Amino acid sequence: MSTFVTGAEIAPKSFIINREVLIAYANVSGDQNPIHQDEAFAQSVGLENVIAHGMLTMALVGRYVSEIAGSSAVKEFSARFVKPVVVPANTDVELLVGAKVLSIENNSAKFEITASCKGVKVLSMAKAVIAIK
Amino acid sequence: MLNPDIVGRTFTGVNTFTVTQESIIEFCAAIGEQDFTIAPPTYTIKISLAESQVFLKESGLNWDRVVHGDQKFEIYQPIVGGDLLLCSSTVESARVVAGNEIVTVRADLHRGSEHVASSWATLVARA
Repeated sequence: MSTFVTGAEIAPKSFIINREVLIAYANVSGDQNPIHQDEAFAQSVGLENVIAHGMLTMALVGRYVSEIAGSSAVKEFSARFVKPVVVPANTDVELLVGAKVLSIENNSAKFEITASCKGVKVLSMAKAVIAIK
Repeated sequence: MLNPDIVGRTFTGVNTFTVTQESIIEFCAAIGEQDFTIAPPTYTIKISLAESQVFLKESGLNWDRVVHGDQKFEIYQPIVGGDLLLCSSTVESARVVAGNEIVTVRADLHRGSEHVASSWATLVARA
């Protein structure tokens, strides 16, 4: 695994969210709330369109965190959901994820994570702690 | 309205949750993760949210209006296929802000006597 330096930025990575991904995530998570699949329903409750599960966004960011960790353990992972990820039909929405090393202590590295869609932050106060071997 | 007496109570899952290797592979496939050897960091959300949904609904929370506010995971031991996990959930706080009901639930996951993970979910039932 790589050596982390406080303040260093980790290369960003983008993830694609579309309706197929929402259906797949609904099926494995058990969260079949129609706001994540049914446009008419989503609009009936005041949303612009179908939105992604917050936990899907967090799971994709989790993939990024796991990749940073490599064979080391992810010890903590947290986020606040501040804006919905709107997913129109037949559209690939890009989730852009990045990270910066906040601190290194107690055999672990703490990261500040950013996640945005079209320049709008969808998570805030996102952090991860990875064990350092 | 959520019954405020629920704060501080702990609800222990009736059933043990079996982490099958297939369920890890399915979860990974849905999010595009290629490492199936351990459960991804957010895998346990399906256990903890399913448990919370039951007692929060029974305690009066309008689940149809719920959105996810915050989520935190602390992972003490890797979770792998074949693990049998018991989830106990404690309502840490509940408050009303501008008509929105905000509740935070901690879920502790044990494999036998071993505490493998805890997670905190803050859920908001919109006014």
